[in-house]
Amino acid sequence: MAYKYEQLSEEKVFKDPVHRYVHVRDRVIWDLIATPEFQRLRRIKQLGTTNLTFHGAEHSRFNHSLGVYEIVRRIIENFKERPEWDNEERLLCLCAALLHDLGHGPFSHSFEKVFKLDHEFFTQQIIVGDTKVNRILEKVEPGFARKVADVIAKTYEDKLVVSLISSQIDADRMDYLQRDAFYTGVSYGHFDMERILRVMRPMEDQVVIKSTGMHAVEDYIMSRYQMYWQVYFHPVTRSAEVILSKIFLRAKHLYQEQRYKFKLEPTHFISLFEGKVSLEDYLKLDESIVQYYFQLWQEEDDEVLRDLCERFMNRRLFKYVEFNPNSQYRDLVELTELFKEAGIDPKYYLEVDSSSDLPYDFYRPGEEEERLPIHLLMPDGSLKELSRESDIVEAISGKRRTDHKLYFPLDKLKALTDNRIKRQIMEILYGQGESIYVD
Amino acid sequence: MLINHGKLIHFFRIAKEVTGRKKLQKMIYILKKSNVPFEEKYEFHFYGPYSEELTLRVEELCNLGFLEEKREDKSRYFQYHYQITEAGEKFLEQLSFDMPDIRKKVEMLQSKSSRFLELVSTLLYFEDLPQAEQIEKLHQMKPKQNFTSEEIDEAYRFIQEIRTH
Repeated sequence: MAYKYEQLSEEKVFKDPVHRYVHVRDRVIWDLIATPEFQRLRRIKQLGTTNLTFHGAEHSRFNHSLGVYEIVRRIIENFKERPEWDNEERLLCLCAALLHDLGHGPFSHSFEKVFKLDHEFFTQQIIVGDTKVNRILEKVEPGFARKVADVIAKTYEDKLVVSLISSQIDADRMDYLQRDAFYTGVSYGHFDMERILRVMRPMEDQVVIKSTGMHAVEDYIMSRYQMYWQVYFHPVTRSAEVILSKIFLRAKHLYQEQRYKFKLEPTHFISLFEGKVSLEDYLKLDESIVQYYFQLWQEEDDEVLRDLCERFMNRRLFKYVEFNPNSQYRDLVELTELFKEAGIDPKYYLEVDSSSDLPYDFYRPGEEEERLPIHLLMPDGSLKELSRESDIVEAISGKRRTDHKLYFPLDKLKALTDNRIKRQIMEILYGQGESIYVD
Repeated sequence: MLINHGKLIHFFRIAKEVTGRKKLQKMIYILKKSNVPFEEKYEFHFYGPYSEELTLRVEELCNLGFLEEKREDKSRYFQYHYQITEAGEKFLEQLSFDMPDIRKKVEMLQSKSSRFLELVSTLLYFEDLPQAEQIEKLHQMKPKQNFTSEEIDEAYRFIQEIRTH
């Protein structure tokens, strides 16, 4: 039997707390899971620094990738008898679902910002480059790896296939919302996925939702909204992300200064610092490696790097206040100067964090052909955009709330011995009358 | 800090008014691909390169009062217009960052339709492929748009020209 159609002699299952079981019967999927590139995802947490706020959030990209695969597998099971669905695309969808996050780096978001990298670029590189994953995909048929990469990049010609993995109601989001809710322990991320899967209908270039399933989708949209504000944009998690970015930034600056001698050569980071990361270098990076360096850097001679690492490892995070860049920008300029005067480098110890810095979003109707919204399939066969039919969705996808916060090390400020500077800083941050912070 | 917001306000100051969210998305993408240091991350969506980060940032700028957004009902959809406000101008004066002179580029982009900018940005998205494959990919991705070979030739000329300004 051709490798493409080869089945395992008996079904393998992975016990999963979200979907109960992840079922694998295809030899190709089984082999892909066993590759070092896929196993690497066990060492990259799905939610980066969120475990510093919600201690249960230790789940990895590995769990999530299996979950997305399982959801797509179930969707295809429902679609296989429908004339709009081409079952020849089945294996392609399953591989794309399984591998969609393959290029994520350690603490992905901050890491990418500082080193100007893009995990999607590396996902593509791992799939089409010289890797075990590539060899398995090319064994299916020559050019298959390219197809998988195209589905993940959303540039595959069959839009229906793309929309299963990536759209406003896709397997990726349905898995991470439920999984993140489960592991953080919050009660917001739950919705009736079984019901949504039952009302999904394949169409020429997208998946639509039978209109009777609207309320299940409303629940999903609500869950996305709640998870955004309660988990993903949690200010304490954001504080850890700020510190993480500053560690990467400080280490990079020290390396670029050249005069600085690290106690241990930061081998794994050198290509990042120099801005020329090969695929081989990239695949060696995971969160265990990064935290190993953070552990060592607590012993470094450089005070800033040492302090930032010690903060991250021991959860001594920055504090924050609400910040309005319109009415308070002058305050920020003044604070920057006062920090310098106090000997606290604002480049590493003062940061504005905005909601747009976050790689999550919530539902928007996608007016004016911006991007494809969720469509309901009405009894007469017409399609209607979800927010036009649902008052709940309309209410939360209308004018959006945005948010900015200013982060700083309160403990360092409290320890200042110059009371004039200390008072001035505290007054800007906390307003008049907050002299309790001044000794 | 807030430099990426500042760069966008700078763009709106030069553009004076931008009509259409799709057009805005494509304008920033084409500028980015013409070596203007915007940092918004783009992905491919149904209508070509799209940046959720840009959408969010523009929303923030509106909520902060740095941009004014007007919504026009076009019966089948809403069209949005964006303009810098006085507060936006003042905010920009307080920031300092390096930006190349983008006036000519923005003028060129403003004069084109969003359909044309969709074509240009899609070709740019696939620019690592050989030219014949870029065109093949364009037709694959956008079969309903029926871009003509004249339009495609014009798009390549446009890309060359905008990059030299």
